[in-house]
Amino acid sequence: MAQNIKHPTAHQAHWGYRLRQSLSAFAPHLVLFGYVLIALFPIYLIIMNSFKERAAIFGAPFQWPNQETFSLIGYETVIQRSNFLIYFKNSIVVTVSALVLTLLIGSMASYALAEYKFPGNTLLAIYLSIGIMIPIRLGTVGILRLMVSLKLVNTLTALILVYIAQALPLTIFILTQFMRQVPMELKDAARLDGASEYRIFWLVVPLVRPAIGAIGIFTMIPIWNDLWFPLVLSPSPQTATVTLGVQQFLGQFVSDWNAVLSSLTLAMVPILVFYFIFSKQMIKSITAGAIK
Amino acid sequence: MQKAAARRPFPWHILVFLAPAVLIYSLFMVYPLINSLRLSFYHIGDQNQTSFVGLSNYVKLFTDPNFAPFFWNALVNNIVFFIIHMVVQNSIGLLLAALLASGGRGRAFYRSTLFMPTVLSVVIIGFIWQLILNPLWGVAKTMLGWVGLESLYRPWLGLESTALQVVSLISVWQFVGIPMILFYTALIGIPEELTEAARVDGAGGWQTFWRIKFPLILPTVGIVGILTFVGNFNAFDLIYTMKGANAGPNHATDIMGTLFYRVFYGQQLQLGDPSMGATVAAMMFLIILTGVLIYLFAFQRRVQTYEM
Repeated sequence: MAQNIKHPTAHQAHWGYRLRQSLSAFAPHLVLFGYVLIALFPIYLIIMNSFKERAAIFGAPFQWPNQETFSLIGYETVIQRSNFLIYFKNSIVVTVSALVLTLLIGSMASYALAEYKFPGNTLLAIYLSIGIMIPIRLGTVGILRLMVSLKLVNTLTALILVYIAQALPLTIFILTQFMRQVPMELKDAARLDGASEYRIFWLVVPLVRPAIGAIGIFTMIPIWNDLWFPLVLSPSPQTATVTLGVQQFLGQFVSDWNAVLSSLTLAMVPILVFYFIFSKQMIKSITAGAIK
Repeated sequence: MQKAAARRPFPWHILVFLAPAVLIYSLFMVYPLINSLRLSFYHIGDQNQTSFVGLSNYVKLFTDPNFAPFFWNALVNNIVFFIIHMVVQNSIGLLLAALLASGGRGRAFYRSTLFMPTVLSVVIIGFIWQLILNPLWGVAKTMLGWVGLESLYRPWLGLESTALQVVSLISVWQFVGIPMILFYTALIGIPEELTEAARVDGAGGWQTFWRIKFPLILPTVGIVGILTFVGNFNAFDLIYTMKGANAGPNHATDIMGTLFYRVFYGQQLQLGDPSMGATVAAMMFLIILTGVLIYLFAFQRRVQTYEM
Protein backbone atom coordinates (compact mmCIF):
# COMPACT_ATOMS: atom_id res chain seq x y z
CA MET A 1 0.00 0.00 0.00
CA ALA A 2 1.08 3.54 -0.68
CA GLN A 3 1.05 4.36 3.02
CA ASN A 4 3.70 1.76 3.78
CA ILE A 5 6.11 3.37 1.35
CA LYS A 6 6.00 6.60 3.32
CA HIS A 7 7.27 4.85 6.44
CA PRO A 8 10.67 3.32 5.70
CA THR A 9 10.96 1.20 8.83
CA ALA A 10 8.42 -0.45 11.01
CA HIS A 11 9.93 1.26 14.04
CA GLN A 12 9.46 4.74 12.62
CA ALA A 13 5.99 3.91 11.40
CA HIS A 14 5.10 2.83 14.89
CA TRP A 15 6.38 6.03 16.45
CA GLY A 16 4.80 8.17 13.80
CA TYR A 17 1.51 6.43 14.34
CA ARG A 18 1.74 6.79 18.12
CA LEU A 19 2.59 10.46 17.80
CA ARG A 20 -0.23 11.10 15.38
CA GLN A 21 -2.64 9.17 17.57
CA SER A 22 -1.80 11.12 20.71
CA LEU A 23 -1.74 14.39 18.79
CA SER A 24 -5.14 13.79 17.26
CA ALA A 25 -6.47 12.83 20.67
CA PHE A 26 -4.95 15.92 22.27
CA ALA A 27 -5.64 18.59 19.66
CA PRO A 28 -9.43 18.70 20.18
CA HIS A 29 -8.87 19.16 23.92
CA LEU A 30 -6.47 22.00 23.26
CA VAL A 31 -8.96 23.84 21.07
CA LEU A 32 -11.95 23.13 23.31
CA PHE A 33 -10.13 24.05 26.49
CA GLY A 34 -8.79 27.19 24.85
CA TYR A 35 -12.30 28.19 23.96
CA VAL A 36 -13.54 27.41 27.48
CA LEU A 37 -11.01 29.96 28.72
CA ILE A 38 -12.27 32.52 26.22
CA ALA A 39 -15.86 31.83 27.29
CA LEU A 40 -15.30 31.90 31.04
CA PHE A 41 -12.45 34.31 31.67
CA PRO A 42 -14.44 37.55 31.23
CA ILE A 43 -17.13 36.30 33.61
CA TYR A 44 -14.53 35.12 36.13
CA LEU A 45 -12.69 38.44 35.96
CA ILE A 46 -15.82 40.43 36.82
CA ILE A 47 -16.92 38.21 39.71
CA MET A 48 -13.44 38.02 41.19
CA ASN A 49 -12.83 41.77 41.05
CA SER A 50 -16.21 42.54 42.60
CA PHE A 51 -14.75 41.37 45.93
CA LYS A 52 -11.85 43.79 45.86
CA GLU A 53 -11.31 47.39 46.86
CA ARG A 54 -11.05 50.03 44.17
CA ALA A 55 -7.28 50.39 44.21
CA ALA A 56 -6.81 46.65 43.75
CA ILE A 57 -9.35 46.46 40.93
CA PHE A 58 -7.21 48.88 38.95
CA GLY A 59 -3.80 48.05 40.34
CA ALA A 60 -3.91 44.25 40.10
CA PRO A 61 -6.99 43.22 38.14
CA PHE A 62 -5.79 39.64 37.64
CA GLN A 63 -5.00 38.97 41.28
CA TRP A 64 -7.26 36.96 43.55
CA PRO A 65 -8.54 39.11 46.45
CA ASN A 66 -6.42 38.75 49.59
CA GLN A 67 -6.79 40.01 53.15
CA GLU A 68 -5.66 43.51 52.22
CA THR A 69 -7.63 43.90 49.02
CA PHE A 70 -10.84 42.10 49.98
CA SER A 71 -13.82 44.46 50.19
CA LEU A 72 -17.59 44.27 49.99
CA ILE A 73 -18.05 48.01 49.55
CA GLY A 74 -19.58 47.52 46.09
CA TYR A 75 -22.24 45.19 47.43
CA GLU A 76 -23.05 47.63 50.22
CA THR A 77 -23.56 50.41 47.68
CA VAL A 78 -25.78 48.22 45.54
CA ILE A 79 -27.93 47.11 48.46
CA GLN A 80 -28.25 50.65 49.83
CA ARG A 81 -28.60 52.65 46.67
CA SER A 82 -30.63 50.43 44.38
CA ASN A 83 -33.90 48.60 44.59
CA PHE A 84 -32.34 45.26 43.82
CA LEU A 85 -34.69 43.35 46.09
CA ILE A 86 -37.72 44.87 44.34
CA TYR A 87 -36.18 44.09 40.94
CA PHE A 88 -35.59 40.49 41.98
CA LYS A 89 -39.11 40.16 43.27
CA ASN A 90 -40.52 41.63 40.02
CA SER A 91 -38.40 39.35 37.84
CA ILE A 92 -39.45 36.29 39.83
CA VAL A 93 -43.15 37.22 39.75
CA VAL A 94 -43.06 37.90 36.00
CA THR A 95 -40.97 34.88 35.05
CA VAL A 96 -42.77 32.35 37.23
CA SER A 97 -46.29 33.54 36.31
CA ALA A 98 -45.52 33.69 32.60
CA LEU A 99 -43.85 30.29 32.75
CA VAL A 100 -46.60 28.48 34.65
CA LEU A 101 -49.36 30.00 32.52
CA THR A 102 -47.52 29.33 29.25
CA LEU A 103 -47.00 25.70 30.15
CA LEU A 104 -50.60 25.23 31.30
CA ILE A 105 -52.27 27.05 28.41
CA GLY A 106 -49.76 25.65 25.93
CA SER A 107 -50.26 22.03 26.97
CA MET A 108 -54.05 22.44 26.86
CA ALA A 109 -53.88 23.74 23.30
CA SER A 110 -51.36 21.15 22.15
CA TYR A 111 -53.45 18.39 23.69
CA ALA A 112 -56.49 19.56 21.72
CA LEU A 113 -54.51 19.88 18.49
CA ALA A 114 -52.94 16.44 18.89
CA GLU A 115 -55.98 14.59 20.20
CA TYR A 116 -59.06 15.79 18.37
CA LYS A 117 -59.88 15.97 14.71
CA PHE A 118 -62.03 18.99 14.06
CA PRO A 119 -62.48 21.25 11.06
CA GLY A 120 -59.65 23.75 10.83
CA ASN A 121 -57.26 21.77 13.02
CA THR A 122 -54.30 22.06 10.64
CA LEU A 123 -55.08 25.68 9.85
CA LEU A 124 -55.16 26.55 13.54
CA ALA A 125 -51.85 24.77 14.10
CA ILE A 126 -50.28 26.81 11.30
CA TYR A 127 -51.82 30.03 12.65
CA LEU A 128 -50.37 29.33 16.09
CA SER A 129 -46.93 28.54 14.70
CA ILE A 130 -46.47 31.78 12.72
CA GLY A 131 -45.19 33.38 15.90
CA ILE A 132 -42.18 31.03 16.02
CA MET A 133 -40.43 32.97 13.29
CA ILE A 134 -41.91 36.47 13.59
CA PRO A 135 -40.51 38.27 16.64
CA ILE A 136 -43.21 39.78 18.85
CA ARG A 137 -41.02 42.88 19.26
CA LEU A 138 -42.08 44.05 15.78
CA GLY A 139 -45.59 44.60 17.14
CA THR A 140 -44.37 46.90 19.91
CA VAL A 141 -46.21 49.99 18.64
CA GLY A 142 -49.46 48.03 18.66
CA ILE A 143 -48.72 46.35 22.00
CA LEU A 144 -48.04 49.67 23.71
CA ARG A 145 -51.26 51.19 22.34
CA LEU A 146 -53.19 48.14 23.49
CA MET A 147 -51.65 48.26 26.97
CA VAL A 148 -52.41 51.98 27.22
CA SER A 149 -56.05 51.37 26.39
CA LEU A 150 -56.21 48.45 28.83
CA LYS A 151 -54.54 50.69 31.47
CA LEU A 152 -51.82 48.08 31.94
CA VAL A 153 -48.77 50.28 31.34
CA ASN A 154 -46.29 50.05 34.19
CA THR A 155 -47.78 46.85 35.52
CA LEU A 156 -46.23 43.41 35.72
CA THR A 157 -49.43 42.00 34.19
CA ALA A 158 -48.56 43.64 30.87
CA LEU A 159 -45.19 41.88 30.83
CA ILE A 160 -46.69 38.53 31.82
CA LEU A 161 -49.30 38.68 29.04
CA VAL A 162 -46.74 39.62 26.39
CA TYR A 163 -44.32 36.90 27.48
CA ILE A 164 -47.06 34.26 27.39
CA ALA A 165 -48.00 35.34 23.87
CA GLN A 166 -44.33 35.27 22.89
CA ALA A 167 -43.67 31.79 24.29
CA LEU A 168 -46.89 30.04 23.22
CA PRO A 169 -46.10 29.37 19.52
CA LEU A 170 -42.95 27.31 20.09
CA THR A 171 -44.39 25.65 23.20
CA ILE A 172 -47.48 24.49 21.30
CA PHE A 173 -45.46 23.44 18.25
CA ILE A 174 -43.15 21.19 20.25
CA LEU A 175 -45.68 19.88 22.77
CA THR A 176 -48.15 18.88 20.04
CA GLN A 177 -45.55 16.50 18.63
CA PHE A 178 -44.95 14.97 22.04
CA MET A 179 -48.67 14.69 22.78
CA ARG A 180 -49.14 12.74 19.54
CA GLN A 181 -46.75 10.08 20.80
CA VAL A 182 -48.82 9.27 23.88
CA PRO A 183 -50.31 5.81 23.25
CA MET A 184 -53.98 5.71 22.19
CA GLU A 185 -54.76 2.69 24.39
CA LEU A 186 -54.26 4.61 27.58
CA LYS A 187 -56.71 7.34 26.63
CA ASP A 188 -59.26 4.89 25.24
CA ALA A 189 -59.08 2.81 28.40
CA ALA A 190 -59.74 5.92 30.47
CA ARG A 191 -62.66 6.86 28.21
CA LEU A 192 -64.16 3.39 28.64
CA ASP A 193 -63.91 3.92 32.39
CA GLY A 194 -66.03 7.02 31.89
CA ALA A 195 -63.30 9.61 32.51
CA SER A 196 -64.04 13.10 31.21
CA GLU A 197 -61.86 14.66 28.53
CA TYR A 198 -60.43 17.03 31.17
CA ARG A 199 -59.51 14.11 33.39
CA ILE A 200 -57.77 12.42 30.45
CA PHE A 201 -55.80 15.60 29.77
CA TRP A 202 -54.44 15.49 33.31
CA LEU A 203 -53.53 11.82 32.78
CA VAL A 204 -51.57 12.71 29.64
CA VAL A 205 -49.67 15.73 31.04
CA PRO A 206 -47.36 13.72 33.35
CA LEU A 207 -46.41 11.53 30.39
CA VAL A 208 -44.90 14.47 28.50
CA ARG A 209 -43.25 15.91 31.61
CA PRO A 210 -39.67 15.79 30.22
CA ALA A 211 -40.74 17.88 27.23
CA ILE A 212 -42.59 20.33 29.46
CA GLY A 213 -39.50 20.65 31.65
CA ALA A 214 -37.22 21.37 28.71
CA ILE A 215 -39.60 23.93 27.24
CA GLY A 216 -39.90 25.51 30.66
CA ILE A 217 -36.15 26.05 30.94
CA PHE A 218 -35.92 27.49 27.46
CA THR A 219 -38.91 29.77 27.99
CA MET A 220 -37.60 31.04 31.28
CA ILE A 221 -34.18 32.31 30.25
CA PRO A 222 -35.25 34.83 27.54
CA ILE A 223 -38.02 36.16 29.82
CA TRP A 224 -35.64 36.70 32.73
CA ASN A 225 -33.06 38.31 30.43
CA ASP A 226 -35.37 40.51 28.36
CA LEU A 227 -34.65 44.22 28.31
CA TRP A 228 -36.97 45.45 25.56
CA PHE A 229 -40.44 44.96 27.06
CA PRO A 230 -39.58 46.10 30.61
CA LEU A 231 -38.06 49.19 28.99
CA VAL A 232 -41.11 49.85 26.82
CA LEU A 233 -44.03 48.62 28.92
CA SER A 234 -43.04 48.93 32.56
CA PRO A 235 -40.03 51.18 33.10
CA SER A 236 -41.18 52.58 36.47
CA PRO A 237 -38.89 51.85 39.45
CA GLN A 238 -41.64 49.79 41.10
CA THR A 239 -42.07 47.48 38.11
CA ALA A 240 -38.51 47.25 36.74
CA THR A 241 -37.09 43.75 36.39
CA VAL A 242 -33.53 42.76 37.27
CA THR A 243 -32.32 43.18 33.72
CA LEU A 244 -33.77 46.68 33.36
CA GLY A 245 -32.85 47.63 36.93
CA VAL A 246 -29.24 46.63 36.41
CA GLN A 247 -29.14 48.49 33.12
CA GLN A 248 -30.39 51.68 34.74
CA PHE A 249 -28.30 51.29 37.89
CA LEU A 250 -25.15 50.78 35.82
CA GLY A 251 -25.98 53.88 33.80
CA GLN A 252 -26.07 55.98 37.00
CA PHE A 253 -23.06 54.45 38.71
CA VAL A 254 -20.77 54.14 35.69
CA SER A 255 -17.81 55.60 37.58
CA ASP A 256 -18.28 53.56 40.77
CA TRP A 257 -16.44 50.45 39.68
CA ASN A 258 -17.08 48.55 42.90
CA ALA A 259 -20.81 49.05 42.54
CA VAL A 260 -20.76 48.20 38.83
CA LEU A 261 -18.86 44.93 39.32
CA SER A 262 -21.00 43.94 42.30
CA SER A 263 -24.29 44.61 40.57
CA LEU A 264 -23.15 42.63 37.53
CA THR A 265 -22.23 39.74 39.81
CA LEU A 266 -25.55 39.94 41.65
CA ALA A 267 -27.42 39.89 38.36
CA MET A 268 -25.43 36.93 37.05
CA VAL A 269 -25.57 34.69 40.10
CA PRO A 270 -29.23 33.56 39.98
CA ILE A 271 -29.01 32.56 36.32
CA LEU A 272 -25.66 30.85 36.80
CA VAL A 273 -26.94 28.88 39.79
CA PHE A 274 -30.02 27.91 37.83
CA TYR A 275 -27.81 26.93 34.90
CA PHE A 276 -25.51 24.79 37.06
CA ILE A 277 -28.51 22.89 38.38
CA PHE A 278 -30.23 22.38 35.04
CA SER A 279 -27.50 22.49 32.39
CA LYS A 280 -27.30 18.71 32.09
CA GLN A 281 -31.02 18.26 31.56
CA MET A 282 -31.11 21.31 29.33
CA ILE A 283 -28.48 20.11 26.91
CA LYS A 284 -29.69 16.55 27.11
CA SER A 285 -33.18 17.71 26.15
CA ILE A 286 -31.93 19.52 23.04
CA THR A 287 -29.84 16.59 21.92
CA ALA A 288 -32.59 14.07 22.67
CA GLY A 289 -35.25 16.17 20.93
CA ALA A 290 -33.26 16.53 17.76
CA ILE A 291 -32.41 12.86 17.36
CA LYS A 292 -36.08 12.12 17.28
CA MET B 1 -61.16 9.41 18.93
CA GLN B 2 -63.22 10.82 16.07
CA LYS B 3 -66.19 8.87 17.26
CA ALA B 4 -65.78 10.11 20.80
CA ALA B 5 -65.93 13.66 19.54
CA ALA B 6 -68.81 13.04 17.16
CA ARG B 7 -71.07 11.40 19.75
CA ARG B 8 -71.33 14.59 21.73
CA PRO B 9 -73.61 17.35 20.47
CA PHE B 10 -70.93 20.00 20.63
CA PRO B 11 -67.34 19.32 21.71
CA TRP B 12 -67.13 22.10 24.30
CA HIS B 13 -63.96 20.62 25.76
CA ILE B 14 -62.04 21.33 22.53
CA LEU B 15 -63.05 24.96 22.82
CA VAL B 16 -62.05 25.07 26.48
CA PHE B 17 -58.64 23.58 25.71
CA LEU B 18 -57.92 25.93 22.82
CA ALA B 19 -59.57 29.19 23.82
CA PRO B 20 -56.99 30.56 26.31
CA ALA B 21 -54.03 30.02 23.98
CA VAL B 22 -55.80 31.34 20.90
CA LEU B 23 -57.15 34.37 22.77
CA ILE B 24 -53.88 35.45 24.40
CA TYR B 25 -51.86 34.78 21.26
CA SER B 26 -54.30 36.63 19.03
CA LEU B 27 -54.84 39.57 21.35
CA PHE B 28 -51.25 40.21 22.46
CA MET B 29 -49.27 39.06 19.45
CA VAL B 30 -51.20 38.82 16.19
CA TYR B 31 -53.49 41.83 16.67
CA PRO B 32 -50.73 44.27 17.77
CA LEU B 33 -48.52 43.05 14.94
CA ILE B 34 -51.23 43.64 12.34
CA ASN B 35 -52.14 46.93 13.99
CA SER B 36 -48.50 48.05 13.83
CA LEU B 37 -48.35 47.20 10.14
CA ARG B 38 -51.62 49.10 9.61
CA LEU B 39 -50.36 52.15 11.50
CA SER B 40 -47.42 52.43 9.11
CA PHE B 41 -49.98 53.68 6.56
CA TYR B 42 -51.41 56.27 8.96
CA HIS B 43 -50.38 59.52 10.53
CA ILE B 44 -50.86 59.66 14.30
CA GLY B 45 -51.63 63.17 15.51
CA ASP B 46 -51.01 64.83 18.86
CA GLN B 47 -54.46 63.87 20.14
CA ASN B 48 -53.81 60.26 19.11
CA GLN B 49 -56.18 60.67 16.14
CA THR B 50 -55.19 58.68 13.07
CA SER B 51 -55.51 59.67 9.41
CA PHE B 52 -54.72 57.51 6.41
CA VAL B 53 -51.68 58.72 4.49
CA GLY B 54 -51.01 55.83 2.12
CA LEU B 55 -47.36 55.14 1.46
CA SER B 56 -46.09 58.54 2.49
CA ASN B 57 -44.44 57.24 5.70
CA TYR B 58 -42.42 54.84 3.57
CA VAL B 59 -41.52 57.60 1.10
CA LYS B 60 -40.41 59.68 4.07
CA LEU B 61 -38.32 56.82 5.45
CA PHE B 62 -36.56 56.30 2.13
CA THR B 63 -36.09 59.93 1.03
CA ASP B 64 -36.47 62.42 3.91
CA PRO B 65 -33.03 63.69 5.05
CA ASN B 66 -34.18 63.22 8.69
CA PHE B 67 -34.79 59.51 8.17
CA ALA B 68 -33.30 58.11 4.97
CA PRO B 69 -29.57 58.37 5.84
CA PHE B 70 -30.22 56.72 9.21
CA PHE B 71 -32.36 54.00 7.69
CA TRP B 72 -29.81 53.02 5.03
CA ASN B 73 -26.98 53.27 7.56
CA ALA B 74 -28.83 50.98 10.00
CA LEU B 75 -29.70 48.53 7.24
CA VAL B 76 -26.10 48.30 6.00
CA ASN B 77 -24.80 47.97 9.57
CA ASN B 78 -27.34 45.26 10.25
CA ILE B 79 -26.20 43.35 7.17
CA VAL B 80 -22.58 43.60 8.36
CA PHE B 81 -23.72 42.47 11.82
CA PHE B 82 -25.43 39.45 10.21
CA ILE B 83 -22.48 38.55 7.95
CA ILE B 84 -20.07 38.60 10.91
CA HIS B 85 -22.40 36.24 12.79
CA MET B 86 -22.78 33.90 9.83
CA VAL B 87 -19.05 33.74 9.13
CA VAL B 88 -17.51 33.88 12.59
CA GLN B 89 -20.16 32.59 15.00
CA ASN B 90 -21.43 29.74 12.87
CA SER B 91 -17.95 28.58 11.76
CA ILE B 92 -16.66 28.53 15.33
CA GLY B 93 -19.89 26.80 16.37
CA LEU B 94 -19.38 24.16 13.69
CA LEU B 95 -15.73 23.64 14.65
CA LEU B 96 -16.53 23.26 18.35
CA ALA B 97 -19.42 20.93 17.55
CA ALA B 98 -17.25 18.76 15.32
CA LEU B 99 -14.59 18.50 18.02
CA LEU B 100 -17.20 17.68 20.66
CA ALA B 101 -18.84 15.08 18.45
CA SER B 102 -15.52 13.36 17.76
CA GLY B 103 -15.71 12.02 21.30
CA GLY B 104 -13.10 12.08 24.00
CA ARG B 105 -13.33 12.73 27.71
CA GLY B 106 -14.85 15.83 29.24
CA ARG B 107 -17.56 16.32 26.63
CA ALA B 108 -20.25 17.16 29.16
CA PHE B 109 -17.96 19.69 30.83
CA TYR B 110 -17.10 21.41 27.55
CA ARG B 111 -20.71 21.46 26.38
CA SER B 112 -21.98 23.06 29.58
CA THR B 113 -19.23 25.65 29.95
CA LEU B 114 -19.22 26.68 26.30
CA PHE B 115 -22.97 27.23 26.44
CA MET B 116 -22.81 29.32 29.63
CA PRO B 117 -22.42 32.86 28.18
CA THR B 118 -25.52 32.19 26.09
CA VAL B 119 -27.80 31.96 29.12
CA LEU B 120 -26.67 35.27 30.60
CA SER B 121 -28.52 38.48 29.88
CA VAL B 122 -27.22 40.55 26.97
CA VAL B 123 -27.16 43.55 29.31
CA ILE B 124 -24.67 41.81 31.60
CA ILE B 125 -22.53 40.62 28.69
CA GLY B 126 -22.51 44.10 27.19
CA PHE B 127 -21.30 45.70 30.41
CA ILE B 128 -18.71 43.00 31.08
CA TRP B 129 -17.08 43.61 27.72
CA GLN B 130 -17.38 47.35 28.03
CA LEU B 131 -15.37 47.13 31.25
CA ILE B 132 -12.81 44.74 29.81
CA LEU B 133 -12.23 46.84 26.70
CA ASN B 134 -12.25 50.08 28.71
CA PRO B 135 -8.87 51.88 28.45
CA LEU B 136 -9.34 53.08 32.05
CA TRP B 137 -9.18 49.56 33.42
CA GLY B 138 -6.63 48.49 30.83
CA VAL B 139 -7.35 44.78 31.19
CA ALA B 140 -7.54 44.17 27.43
CA LYS B 141 -4.27 46.01 26.89
CA THR B 142 -2.49 44.01 29.60
CA MET B 143 -3.77 40.73 28.16
CA LEU B 144 -2.59 41.65 24.68
CA GLY B 145 0.74 42.42 26.32
CA TRP B 146 0.97 38.79 27.54
CA VAL B 147 1.30 37.71 23.92
CA GLY B 148 3.41 40.71 22.93
CA LEU B 149 0.67 42.49 21.00
CA GLU B 150 0.18 45.42 23.35
CA SER B 151 0.76 47.91 20.53
CA LEU B 152 -2.36 46.59 18.76
CA TYR B 153 -4.68 47.86 21.50
CA ARG B 154 -7.10 50.63 20.55
CA PRO B 155 -10.25 51.86 22.29
CA TRP B 156 -12.12 49.85 19.66
CA LEU B 157 -15.60 50.56 21.00
CA GLY B 158 -15.08 54.29 20.63
CA LEU B 159 -13.73 54.25 17.09
CA GLU B 160 -16.14 54.65 14.21
CA SER B 161 -14.11 52.26 12.07
CA THR B 162 -14.12 49.35 14.53
CA ALA B 163 -17.09 49.76 16.91
CA LEU B 164 -19.56 47.76 14.81
CA GLN B 165 -17.17 44.85 14.27
CA VAL B 166 -16.29 44.69 17.96
CA VAL B 167 -19.92 44.80 19.07
CA SER B 168 -20.72 42.05 16.55
CA LEU B 169 -17.86 39.90 17.86
CA ILE B 170 -19.08 40.34 21.43
CA SER B 171 -22.49 39.10 20.31
CA VAL B 172 -20.75 36.21 18.54
CA TRP B 173 -18.87 35.41 21.74
CA GLN B 174 -22.13 35.23 23.66
CA PHE B 175 -24.23 33.23 21.22
CA VAL B 176 -21.73 30.77 19.73
CA GLY B 177 -23.24 28.14 22.04
CA ILE B 178 -26.47 27.99 20.02
CA PRO B 179 -25.00 26.89 16.64
CA MET B 180 -22.56 24.71 18.56
CA ILE B 181 -25.26 22.75 20.34
CA LEU B 182 -27.47 22.49 17.23
CA PHE B 183 -24.60 21.28 15.01
CA TYR B 184 -23.44 18.92 17.75
CA THR B 185 -26.90 17.40 18.01
CA ALA B 186 -27.06 16.89 14.26
CA LEU B 187 -23.57 15.39 14.11
CA ILE B 188 -24.11 12.80 16.85
CA GLY B 189 -27.34 11.81 15.09
CA ILE B 190 -25.49 10.57 12.02
CA PRO B 191 -25.56 6.75 11.94
CA GLU B 192 -22.11 5.30 12.54
CA GLU B 193 -22.36 2.92 9.56
CA LEU B 194 -22.14 5.86 7.17
CA THR B 195 -18.90 7.28 8.54
CA GLU B 196 -17.52 3.79 9.14
CA ALA B 197 -17.96 2.95 5.46
CA ALA B 198 -16.04 6.07 4.48
CA ARG B 199 -13.22 5.22 6.86
CA VAL B 200 -12.94 1.72 5.41
CA ASP B 201 -12.67 3.30 1.97
CA GLY B 202 -9.63 5.21 3.25
CA ALA B 203 -11.12 8.67 3.74
CA GLY B 204 -9.44 10.83 6.40
CA GLY B 205 -11.22 12.69 9.17
CA TRP B 206 -11.27 15.96 7.20
CA GLN B 207 -12.67 14.27 4.08
CA THR B 208 -15.25 12.27 6.03
CA PHE B 209 -16.45 15.45 7.63
CA TRP B 210 -16.91 17.55 4.49
CA ARG B 211 -18.00 14.77 2.10
CA ILE B 212 -20.27 12.75 4.37
CA LYS B 213 -21.18 14.48 7.61
CA PHE B 214 -21.58 18.07 6.41
CA PRO B 215 -24.04 17.24 3.60
CA LEU B 216 -26.05 15.22 6.11
CA ILE B 217 -26.36 18.13 8.53
CA LEU B 218 -27.38 20.64 5.82
CA PRO B 219 -30.91 20.94 7.27
CA THR B 220 -29.32 22.11 10.54
CA VAL B 221 -27.13 24.56 8.62
CA GLY B 222 -30.36 26.02 7.23
CA ILE B 223 -31.97 26.24 10.66
CA VAL B 224 -28.88 27.89 12.17
CA GLY B 225 -28.82 30.32 9.25
CA ILE B 226 -32.44 31.38 9.60
CA LEU B 227 -32.21 31.61 13.41
CA THR B 228 -29.15 33.85 13.05
CA PHE B 229 -30.95 35.99 10.48
CA VAL B 230 -34.10 36.50 12.54
CA GLY B 231 -32.10 37.10 15.73
CA ASN B 232 -29.76 39.60 14.10
CA PHE B 233 -32.40 41.68 12.35
CA ASN B 234 -34.33 41.84 15.61
CA ALA B 235 -31.31 42.59 17.84
CA PHE B 236 -31.38 45.61 20.12
CA ASP B 237 -30.31 44.91 23.72
CA LEU B 238 -26.55 44.65 23.22
CA ILE B 239 -26.15 47.86 21.25
CA TYR B 240 -28.55 49.76 23.49
CA THR B 241 -26.60 48.60 26.54
CA MET B 242 -23.14 49.28 25.17
CA LYS B 243 -23.68 52.32 22.97
CA GLY B 244 -27.03 53.75 24.07
CA ALA B 245 -30.03 54.56 21.89
CA ASN B 246 -27.87 56.73 19.65
CA ALA B 247 -25.71 53.72 18.78
CA GLY B 248 -22.54 55.77 18.66
CA PRO B 249 -19.93 56.75 17.79
CA ASN B 250 -21.79 58.78 15.18
CA HIS B 251 -24.39 56.00 14.63
CA ALA B 252 -21.61 53.59 13.62
CA THR B 253 -23.28 50.74 15.52
CA ASP B 254 -26.88 51.64 14.65
CA ILE B 255 -28.95 48.65 13.54
CA MET B 256 -32.65 48.26 12.76
CA GLY B 257 -33.61 47.56 16.38
CA THR B 258 -31.95 50.68 17.79
CA LEU B 259 -33.27 52.79 14.90
CA PHE B 260 -36.78 51.52 15.64
CA TYR B 261 -36.43 52.42 19.32
CA ARG B 262 -35.07 55.88 18.55
CA VAL B 263 -37.69 56.74 15.95
CA PHE B 264 -40.51 55.39 18.10
CA TYR B 265 -39.42 57.05 21.36
CA GLY B 266 -37.52 60.04 20.09
CA GLN B 267 -34.05 61.10 21.13
CA GLN B 268 -32.72 64.17 22.83
CA LEU B 269 -34.52 67.07 21.10
CA GLN B 270 -36.53 65.07 18.61
CA LEU B 271 -39.95 63.82 19.68
CA GLY B 272 -40.96 60.21 19.26
CA ASP B 273 -43.06 59.34 16.24
CA PRO B 274 -45.27 56.23 16.60
CA SER B 275 -46.30 56.07 12.95
CA MET B 276 -42.71 56.32 11.71
CA GLY B 277 -41.75 53.79 14.38
CA ALA B 278 -44.42 51.48 13.00
CA THR B 279 -42.97 52.04 9.54
CA VAL B 280 -39.48 51.03 10.65
CA ALA B 281 -40.98 47.97 12.37
CA ALA B 282 -42.86 47.13 9.18
CA MET B 283 -39.59 47.23 7.24
CA MET B 284 -38.02 44.90 9.81
CA PHE B 285 -41.05 42.65 9.42
CA LEU B 286 -40.61 42.62 5.63
CA ILE B 287 -36.90 41.84 5.90
CA ILE B 288 -37.45 39.00 8.36
CA LEU B 289 -40.41 37.65 6.39
CA THR B 290 -38.32 37.65 3.20
CA GLY B 291 -35.59 35.71 4.98
CA VAL B 292 -38.03 33.18 6.39
CA LEU B 293 -39.73 32.69 3.02
CA ILE B 294 -36.38 32.22 1.24
CA TYR B 295 -35.48 29.65 3.86
CA LEU B 296 -38.82 27.82 3.61
CA PHE B 297 -39.06 27.72 -0.16
CA ALA B 298 -35.51 27.68 -1.47
CA PHE B 299 -33.41 26.09 1.23
CA GLN B 300 -35.79 23.52 2.61
CA ARG B 301 -36.86 22.36 -0.86
CA ARG B 302 -33.25 21.96 -2.00
CA VAL B 303 -32.41 19.96 1.06
CA GLN B 304 -35.42 17.74 0.52
CA THR B 305 -34.48 16.97 -3.08
CA TYR B 306 -30.96 16.29 -1.90
CA GLU B 307 -32.24 13.78 0.63
CA MET B 308 -34.27 11.97 -2.00
